[in-house]
This record gives sequence, structure tokens and C-alpha cells, in this order.
Amino acid sequence: MRRFLLRRLAAIPLTLLAVSLLVFAATELVPGDVARTILGREAGEEAVARLREQLGLDRPLAERYTGWLSGFFTGEWGDSHTLGVPVRDLVLGRLADSLILGGLAFALLVPVAVTLGLVAGVNHDRPVDRVISVTGLALGAIPEFVTGVVLLVVFAVRLRWFPASAQAPDGATILTRLGHLALPVISLVLLCTGYVARHVRASTVAAVESPYVRAAELRGLGRAQVVRRHVLRNSTVPATSALGVQLQFLLGGLVAVELLFNYPGIGALLLQSAIDKDLPTLQATAMVLGVLYMSIILAADLAYRLLDPRVRLGGAAA
Amino acid sequence: MSAVTAGAGGVRRRVAGRDFRVALVAGGALVLAWAVVAAFWPQLVPYDPLRHDPLSRFLPPGPEHWLGTDQFGRDTFSRMLAGARPVLQVAPLATALAVVAGTAVGLVAGTFGGLVDEIVMRLLDAVVVFPAIIAAVLFVALAGRSVTVMVLVVAGSFVPIVARSVRAATLVEREKAYVEAARLRGERPWSLMRREIFPNVGTTVLVEATSRFGDAIFAAATLSFLGLGQPPGSPDWGASVSDNRVWLQLAPWTILAPALAIASLVVGIALVADSLRGRWEAS
Amino acid sequence: MTGRATGGPRLPAPREPVTRDVDLTRPRRPGQGENPHGPGAWSEENSHGPGSRSGGSGESGEGGPAGRGLRVTGLSVSYRTARGEVPAVTNVSFDVAPGETYGIVGESGCGKTTLSRALGRHLPPGGSITGGGVTVDGVEVPALSPAELRRWRTTSLAVVHQEAGSSLDPTMRIGAQLAEVLRLQGRGRAEARREAVALLARVRLPDPAAIARRYPHQLSGGQQQRVVIAAALATRPRLLVLDEPTTGLDATVQHEILDLLWALRAETDAAVVLISHDLALVGRLCERVGVLYAGRMVEEGPAAEVMASPRHPYTSALLASVPRLGVSRHARELAAIPGRPPVPGEEVGGCAFAPRCALADDLCRKRTPALEPAPGGRRARCHHTDRLLATPGSPFEEPSDAPGAPFAEPLDSSDSTGSSGSTGSPLEPTGPADGTDAPSGVPLLEVRGLTRKYGRTIVVDGVDLTIGRAEVLGLVGESGSGKTTLARAVAGLGPRGTGTIALHGRELAATVGRRDARDRRRVQMVFQNPETSLNPSHTVRAILTRAVRGLGGSRTAAELAARASLDDHLLDARPDRLSGGQKQRAAIARAFAGDPELVVCDEPVSALDVSVQAGVLRLLSEQQRLTGTSYLFISHDLAVVGYLADRIAVMYRGRIVEEGPASRVLAGPHHPYTASLVAASRARLDDPESIRLPAGEPAEEPVKESAEERVGSARAGGITRESEPARARPSGWASRIRWERAAGRDGVTKRKDANERKGVNVWEGVNVREGATGCGFAARCPLRIEGLCDSVDPPVAHTGDGHTVRCHLDTGDLPDTGDLPRTAVPVTAPGDRGTRHDPPTRDAKAPGDAQHTPATQHARHTHDTRDAQDSRDTQDTRDKEDGSP
Repeated sequence: MRRFLLRRLAAIPLTLLAVSLLVFAATELVPGDVARTILGREAGEEAVARLREQLGLDRPLAERYTGWLSGFFTGEWGDSHTLGVPVRDLVLGRLADSLILGGLAFALLVPVAVTLGLVAGVNHDRPVDRVISVTGLALGAIPEFVTGVVLLVVFAVRLRWFPASAQAPDGATILTRLGHLALPVISLVLLCTGYVARHVRASTVAAVESPYVRAAELRGLGRAQVVRRHVLRNSTVPATSALGVQLQFLLGGLVAVELLFNYPGIGALLLQSAIDKDLPTLQATAMVLGVLYMSIILAADLAYRLLDPRVRLGGAAA
Repeated sequence: MSAVTAGAGGVRRRVAGRDFRVALVAGGALVLAWAVVAAFWPQLVPYDPLRHDPLSRFLPPGPEHWLGTDQFGRDTFSRMLAGARPVLQVAPLATALAVVAGTAVGLVAGTFGGLVDEIVMRLLDAVVVFPAIIAAVLFVALAGRSVTVMVLVVAGSFVPIVARSVRAATLVEREKAYVEAARLRGERPWSLMRREIFPNVGTTVLVEATSRFGDAIFAAATLSFLGLGQPPGSPDWGASVSDNRVWLQLAPWTILAPALAIASLVVGIALVADSLRGRWEAS
Repeated sequence: MTGRATGGPRLPAPREPVTRDVDLTRPRRPGQGENPHGPGAWSEENSHGPGSRSGGSGESGEGGPAGRGLRVTGLSVSYRTARGEVPAVTNVSFDVAPGETYGIVGESGCGKTTLSRALGRHLPPGGSITGGGVTVDGVEVPALSPAELRRWRTTSLAVVHQEAGSSLDPTMRIGAQLAEVLRLQGRGRAEARREAVALLARVRLPDPAAIARRYPHQLSGGQQQRVVIAAALATRPRLLVLDEPTTGLDATVQHEILDLLWALRAETDAAVVLISHDLALVGRLCERVGVLYAGRMVEEGPAAEVMASPRHPYTSALLASVPRLGVSRHARELAAIPGRPPVPGEEVGGCAFAPRCALADDLCRKRTPALEPAPGGRRARCHHTDRLLATPGSPFEEPSDAPGAPFAEPLDSSDSTGSSGSTGSPLEPTGPADGTDAPSGVPLLEVRGLTRKYGRTIVVDGVDLTIGRAEVLGLVGESGSGKTTLARAVAGLGPRGTGTIALHGRELAATVGRRDARDRRRVQMVFQNPETSLNPSHTVRAILTRAVRGLGGSRTAAELAARASLDDHLLDARPDRLSGGQKQRAAIARAFAGDPELVVCDEPVSALDVSVQAGVLRLLSEQQRLTGTSYLFISHDLAVVGYLADRIAVMYRGRIVEEGPASRVLAGPHHPYTASLVAASRARLDDPESIRLPAGEPAEEPVKESAEERVGSARAGGITRESEPARARPSGWASRIRWERAAGRDGVTKRKDANERKGVNVWEGVNVREGATGCGFAARCPLRIEGLCDSVDPPVAHTGDGHTVRCHLDTGDLPDTGDLPRTAVPVTAPGDRGTRHDPPTRDAKAPGDAQHTPATQHARHTHDTRDAQDSRDTQDTRDKEDGSP
């Protein structure tokens, strides 16, 4: 366990380095001149050259990379080209907003998906299971902006239960804010539930059909007792890793959902800065998201290992 | 045990068999229908999907325009049919590319093992850790919009996924006795890979292909929605949803139609992929 | 003669007072102090008979309708499948009195597991009891309501399955799992916890309090099985179902578990049903036995009599196919049962066994025989029992010198030389007898100081081996002993390491990739698992042709198949259409494609049913005799090795602890480890009173190494060898999910794997750490010399005839099989069915005398000395084996 942890921790800087290289390369290989893009066609050649120098674009590639990387780790993220504000405040502020949205979705996702997966798994191959499985499968395949659109049309346009925008007016109460977040959160949950539920279902089926459940039933435990005492843990633990994957998915889904619901999150920022070719913002956003991704992977792996005694304590799997 | 499992397996097979057929037929019909539409939409549409008609803007669904019209008076139904083509252009191409490249990488890494495997897998790890959508946003935004870029971006983000699956399957096969028997008679790695291993990871490749196809539609639609796909104004589904987003209250049908079109296509593929996966993996 | 054979291979019934004292005192010794019931429990049962707990209706035999014990009447079970209702068990009836043990024997697919599950009314989905009844102490089990059924299970039923590890919840501590059972019985929380520890002590687990705090995966297989037995005891059952309770355990551990079960059986006074594919085991442990075939009971009766003089040809054939300890192929060939059992639901007109039966005639094929009662409480379902009894020996027997009829061209070494020479193969003339580039005094294979490691774990530790020309070297050892790694090293597979492997005195490259074509042709291998031995994408013909081409052989695929008795029409089939036995035949044919000089056989029969195993062993034997090829033959089963091998090497924890001519190794004097193997193996065949394991605490196999360090991963998709399992798992998180999905396949594969593991050694786990010295067996050895054995590497002692033992003991002090502790009281109740033959007098020094063990005497009396005058050509029938599509 300790060795695993050390290895994973040691891998983080390496992965970060790879991510930074990718981000930097992607942004550097942009066709066309950034300075020209910023200033527009009409700007004079001199102005462009000045801006290039100002942005450090005239320095060698390696120097710019190391400069950028060290800047990123020391918190010197520069200013946004288009918005003119410090990138750090911008990105971290948007990140906080996105984390609220994503966190709410995650908090809703886990109980819903686990319950559905358990119900489907315990009743596997019965109608309940088929309904849950097929619905989950279908919803998981539909892009989140599509479910979001349907939710909008039904709940915001027809029924008018929820506002169409995720952005609450300033000074709104928590309840109002939650109301604004309801539709985006639901579309994210719908996206991910199917997949997680599927995993929980699979491990539930495995547990239900396992010799130890059979043995427990033969010792006279009732169905409910068996599920509570033996199936629950064995079916949720393996699903932790599925949750990790879905968290990443959720994070990716933020981009489209934030766009659809006009939510000022980090996903929308990523998209906007990319379209605007706002390189400092884009690089910082991508790096922050990369770090977030890695943390999720690590957390999911760690959770899995902590929850499963076979992995936690070592020894052979019987 | 044989009797027990044979019996139990029989039951499960029967139930699964029925599910298999229903899901496969329903999903297959949806996919096929959209494929036909994508190929022949010019013959099928009642109106030119691109023609502006200022006199009939925002018409609600009715006998004249089945699914209404949008802000320029374009027929939503025609646009929906026409929108099948761009998606069904990008997705199969991207899938094919990703599956071919990923299979090759996975097979080589798995068969040769050792340093080759280590290097390839570390590279893929670095790519996978990089969120696909972010990469897509980066590349499309910076490299410009075109079908080629979209295909490359979608394919590129799927290659590691396919490669990992194929490599895992390869490793399982490589450990089996028949591969060792082939090594004992002196088969070289390339021959091992081609003759012994490849035919037996075929199932994995097919499963990957169908799953990735669904994901590719998902990705292509999302990229269009984010404004990173087709040029604005084209009848592309994702772009239509994005373009008409502002008219949500006024003309919800303009975004509902392409949204439901996407949904029906991806669900169709998901049903096919899932039933095939169930069938192949059970065998 | 019948009398002699009758008494032999069984334990006397506990309800018989004479023998009872023996039973009860014997197993008591080790765990006496820890027994929570104290000695009183025993003496009470002793004096009052089996009824002590329930108040005693006394000795109820196969009592009245509402009598005590288990009563199964006309039980039928079927499964709903796509083909409609498929019967798995048809009209089975038997009674088991309290305290009695009833054995159910049969091969895979005969319905025995379905039967066992029907007894607890716990059939898998789709299965239902379609007729008949199960009554336990007067309780009609099928009639119980769900709540009553649960209640009945808590109070009256206990089931012990094979694969104990998997019947324990992996996420729950041992103590908690036992306490759960006890809580169901109504104990308080603290009381349950206390009692759980007491139960662990009762199943003779060392340091029960510590065990209670562990998780299942931290215990060894044997310990896990003890925990499961402890859980069964917690119920104080009226019906105890033992479903293959020792399958998959190492021989010595098996022996101890059986010992334990035996002791506890007497204690519980439950009706015990033992289900097993292992005839010997059932014969040893049970008073009565029922033989299942195709879901029907084909024979039933007192175990000893059924074993000694079967009244159904199937029983007779099964018995003839079991290898007996110490019976070499030179003395008696094994007889395989031709064909295959009907698949459940397959309509067989008349007797289900008729298509495979040597005695079958038109009557058998037309009319289904009834289960006719016979004298002595026996029943048999055969039209021709009289003929069977009149046939001397089993109709499936044949003398050992039977020519290899199926071979189109009976070939010996000279022939093979000729044929390959004539082809002018560029590689070189082939044939084991020639083509050597070394003086003839040099052995074929010489292994010196071979060491193989996985990480820092030494799996093979400085092994020396020689194999002569046309010699079969049998390598025995338990799982984890390193025998598979050794075999693979010889074949050039697996990790590299130090030491040399020389063929004809010339050193071979360590890995197959570096061996030249000639060396590759000379050393070939037959693998353990038939399911993965053949490429599922190619036809048998393509597989064999490819092998011929790759190895520079001269025969066609059809010739190879014919030599392996593989039907022509199977040549164009893909492996999924072949049965396990046919797959293994094809794999053997492939190994012989280039006229090899050495074939490494890595547990080639351990995954097969006994009747199929017999056919494959015979094929190996015939191929060896005809081609003069040498074998390195690996098995965990001493009887199987003894059947095939000329010389035997015993491996323990990476070292060869004993080696010598087969007869010498089997007869002794032994290395203490070999002694325990022989004892365990013989006890399976013989009565347990005769030979006991060396006394001492339970010889546990060591708990496997930690997850990071262990080499084999049983989870990595079923059968995983010790080789490079870390690579079998893709690294990284994301692929793991995908991979787990692929490997786990929603649990379906897991279950299949579990089935595959039956009788298969999954574990070649490894337990020697670098830098360890001393005898690896010291910790388990009853004869160890403290301060010496565990710290100093033992010397090699020569006892003559090339027999070497690696032990600190003086040669004279080495255990002889005859020297092993014997039971205190030889049972000699005259005329009783507990009668047994006299212990054979034996001069351990005389080679070949190993064949005169009680087991073989039994075998000889029933089979050997008779003429195999069976008019049918057994080869013909064997040709048809597995033949029906």
C-alpha cells in the first residue's frame, strides 16, 4: 500500500510535465500569429511586433516553455489577453463555480447510481433490471447538451419549474441558486448515472451469484440481510473506479453544459479562451483541468484500495 | 457443476437472447434509417434546408412545415434530415482510424512487451490523462474548423482507449498455452501477432469499434455544439442546437428536433453496441 | 476374496460401537484442549449413541417415512432452458441415517451438484424440483414456506462447498462471518464473537483469536476450508452436505481436511451427504454410495461392496480408469471410458450408458433398465448385471501389453528414424534413438543448478535433474513447489536465470527464442489447460499442419491425429467443438509433430475427468512406448505420476527433495515430505486407519505472499500461471476497468473460471524468499531436528539404485511408508463389513514392491490377475471416444 502510494505520488510530477508539454505544444503550434489575432487585421506591423515582444513570443521556444512552466508553478499565470484581468483570479474563480456545479452533480450521482445499480443487480434479468439497464445505457449515450435541451424545453419552457439559465442573479438565496443549478446538474447526472449504475449492477450480479452469498443463504440469511451484509460492500467497492472515470466525464461534460446553461464555469472559460486565442488563459485553464483530472484518478484509485481489504492488506486473492 | 451451470446458463442465454434480438433490431433499424437519410437526404427533404424564407419565420410545427421553421424561415424537418450527413461522415471515419491505429499499437505493445510496451503505454498514459474534450477544444479552436481536423481530433482521442483494450486482450491471449506452443515451434513475434493473437482479439476489436462509433457520434455532435465543427449556418445537428439556443422560449422545436435526432442515433448505436458486446463477450 | 476386498477401503460407521472408539479417539488428539464442548461431548455421544442431542430415537436406520435422517424419494430436478425443460436429476431416491455418510459419485455433468443443491433447496435460477421429496428428520423441505425454509437452514442444514475461499465474503473478517451465523442461531453479540473463536479452535486452527481478525484472503486454502467447516458446525446441522470439499487442495492438506471432517462427522450426528468425483475418497469416507450417471442413480449400495464388485458397468469402468498408487503402466494400463456422457436434455433411448458400454446390446438400447434391488442392500440399473459379474475383471480392462491398435503404422524408434530420414528433411535425421551429437553414455537431458526467480522470490532453487533416453521422469509437488516453472524452463519458457540445461550433453539456450530449429524440435511441451492449448481461431488440421511445418516434421496432420486417436472428422473442426479430452489429444499430437526427443508434460490431465484422464494418460503411455520419446511429466497426483513414470523426482519449495526409480520413491524410505504425500495419496485409496500423516500440528501450506509480491494471481482471469502475471494485468487505472470488465464479464467468466479450477492447480504461488537457508519442509516436518533443519541446507543422501534423498536424517531414520504412525486399534471385527485385509507385509527395500500396497492388492484382486478376455477390442471402443459429434 505504501509502495503503491509512493509510486503514484512519484508519477504525478512526470504526468504533470507531460500534460504541460502537451498544453504548451498545442497552444504553440497554433497556425497564424497570436499577436496578429489579438490586434486584428488592421493593426500595423509595428504594433504587432511590439505585442510579440511584450508577450515574449520572440524568445526561443524552450525558453518560453520553461518560463511558462515555472511561472505556472509559482502562481505567475500572467494576464488574460482579451479580458485584461489576472489569469489566476479568473481561472480559480471560474473553477470554484464549476466545482459547485460538478460537486452537486457528483453528490446526487453516487446515491442514485448505486441504488439503481443495486436494484438492477439484485433483480437481474427481471423487468426492473431491464428498464434500469436500458434507460441507463441510452441516457449515457446521449450527449449532455441534448438531454439538457430536452430538460430545458420540458421544465423551463413548458412547465416553467426551473429557470433556463444556471446563473442566478446576484444576491439570490441559496434555494434560488439551487433552483438555477437544477437543470444543469440533472443533465450531468443523467449522463453519468447509466455508466456507474452499470458497474454497480455488474458487481452486484457477481456478488449475488457468488459462492459466499450462496453460502450465506444456505446458512439461513434472508434476502435483505444478504444484500445488506454481503452484497452491498462487494458491489460498491469495485464501482469506485467507475466513479473515478465518470468524474472525469463529468468534468468534460461541464464544457457543454456550462455553454448551454450560460454558466460561468471553467469549461466555458476554456472554450472562450480557445476561441479568442487567449493563450495565457487557455494554458492555465488546461493545466488546472489536467491537475484536477489527475487528482481524481489518484483519489479513485486510492479509495478503491482503501475500501478493499484484499488490496489494502495484501495477500493473495483467493 | 456442469449441469447446474449448463442449466443456469441456458436460462440466462435465453433471456439474453431475446434481449439481444429486440435491442439489436430496434437499434439497428434506427441506425440504418439515419444512414439512409444521410445518404439520400437531398431526395427526401421537402424543402431546401439552407433556403431562407423571411415570410415564414418561427412557424410552429404544422402540416406545411412538419417540425416548424427557424429564425430564417428554414424548414426544421429538412434541416434535421440534412444534419445526419456531417455527423455520419465524421464518426465512421474517426472510428475506423482510431480502431486501426489503436489495434496496431495495442497489438504491438502487447505482443512485444518489454521496453516497447513500457514506452508505448507511458505515452498513452500521458495522452489519456489529458481530458479528451479539452484536447479537442484546444486543437479545433486553434487549428481551425474542418472535417479533417474533427476526424483527427476524435480519432486521436480514441486511439489510446482502443490501444489499451486491445493490448489487454493481447496480453491475455499471449499468456495462453497455444501462443507458447507457437513459440516453442519457433514462430517469430510478428507471426505470433498476426496468426495466433490477432484472430483471437478480433472480438475485442469489434466491441471497441461499435462502442467507439457511438462515442464518436457523441464527440462529433458535442464539438459541433461547442461551435468547433461545421461552419455556422450548416444544418449540422449540434450546430443547430447551439445556433437556436437563444430562441429556446420562442421556438423550442428548432432545438428539440436536432437534439432528438442526435439522441435517436446515439441510442440506436448504443443498443447495437451493447447487444453485440453481450453476445461476443459471452461467447 | 470378496470378503477381503469388502472391508478395505472404508471407514467403519460411527454407529458401530466396535469401531467407534477408534474413530473418536483418533482425531481427538490434536485439538483436545481447545474443544469448547470438552471431552464430555465425546463421551456422551459415545455412550448414548447418536441420539444424544435430539433426545434419541436410538439407532434409526433407514427408518420410516417420518424417520430421522435424510430421505430422498424420487427426486427430479430440471432446468428451464431455450430447449425447454431439461432434466438434470431424474427420480433419485436414497436414505441417509443420522451419523451415516452417504457418497454421491459421478463425473462432471452427471447431476451431482444439482442434487446437492436440491437437498438444501437452493437451486440456481431456472432450476426447480419437479418431482419427489426431500425429508430431513421428518421435515418436508420442498413444502416449506420461504420463512420456514430460512429457519430450517439456520437450524438444520450445513453445506461445505469446494473452493472454500470463494464461499467466504472477501470484505468481512473471519470472526464476523462466523459470528453472523451464530447470531442467526440467537446468540448475543459478545457471545457470538466468543463462540466464533471457539469454533475456529474446534477446527484445529492455530491461534484462533488471530485468525478471527483476519480477512479470508489472508488465510491459506486449507485454513479457509477449515473456516467454512467451522461455519457448518455452528449450525449443529441435521443434514450436512459436503460438495467436493477437498477438490483443489493439495494432497497433504486434503488429507487433513478429510481427517477433520471425519472427526466432526461423528460429533455432529448429522446425516452426511458427500458429493465427489473422487471414487477413492467416497469409498474411504462413506458407508454407502450412490453412483450417478446422466442424472440417474445407476448403482447404490454399501461403499465397500460397490467398489469391490460393481454391479453396473459404469461403476466398473470408472473404477478401472482411476490410477492407483504404485500401479505402473507396465503393470496395468488404465482403461478409459469411450464416448462421452449424454448432455442434460439429450434423449438417449434405453440405458443412458449403453452407447459407451462394452456389454450393451439391443435390449439396452431399447429399454431403460430399472433400478433393481440386489442382495446386501444394493441396487443397480442394468439389464446385464449378471454378465458383468460373470466377466472376470472389468469389461473395460485390458492387459498392459495391448498393442497400440489405433496406430495405422505401429512405429518404434527405428521406424521413426526411417520415415523421417526418407523425407530428407534439411534439419537432420530425426528419431530419438539417433541424431545425437554426443556419446551414448550421456543422458538425454541434464539440468544443473537451475535457478529461476520471479522478482526476489526464488521459485526454482538450484535444481539438478537428468532424464535418460526413452525415460519418463515424473515430477511431483504441490502447488507453489515450482514444478511448473522448472518444466517451463526446460522448454525454454518463462524467466531467465542461472544454471544449465543440456541436451545430449550440449547446452541449450535458456529461452526458446534463442534455440535453433533442431533444439526446438527436440523439446516440446503439452500444457495443463486444454481450453487454452489450441488456438480457437484455427482448425485442428491447420494447427497440426502448422506445427509440422514449424518443427520440420514429416507426417501429415491426419497421421498425427490418427496416432493420437483423434477422429478424422474432427480435423476440420475448431477447438470449441472438441471436448477437453479431445483438445488434449490434439495438443499431444501437436507436441509430437516433429518427432521430439523430450516432451514436457505440465499437468496435462489435471483438468480432465477421471475417465477422460485415463484415455489421455494411456495415449501418452502408448506414444512413449512407440516412439521412445522421453517425458518430463508433471503432476500433483502421486498416483498419476506413479502410473507413467520410470523415475520420480519430488519437488518442494523449489528444490528436489527426493529422486529415484519410481518404485523406490513410492516404497521408501522417503523424504518426510514424500512420506506425507504417499500417506495422503494412499489414504485416499485405502482406509484412513492404516496410514496417518506424520503427527504434529496441521501441516498448513503457507499463506501466499502479499499482493505486490505474489507471483501468481488467481484473479487475473481464472487460470494464471506463475509466469508474468503482472503483465497479464494492464497497468494503469483506466484500462483496469476495461480490463476487469473484459475479464470479469459481469461475473459470468468468474464462475466459469471457478469451475475450470476444479481439480486444477491454479496456484503455483511461490514461497521461497531470497537468502533463505535450511530445509524448506522443516516447518511442517514432524521429524525435524530443531536448530538444524531450519537453518542448514540438508545434504543429499544416496540410498542406492540412484535413489537420493535430501534430508538431515540418517538414511536409516528416514520414514518408510510402513513406519508411519498407524492407528492405535486395528479393527478386526470378524465377519463384519468393517473387516479388512491384513496389513500387507512388505519389504520396503525391494523395488517394485510398492505395487503390493493394499491399494494395489485391491486393484489386483478385482482386476489385474484376471484375463482381459473381453472379446471387444477395447481399442476399437476407445477409438470412438468422444467421437459422437
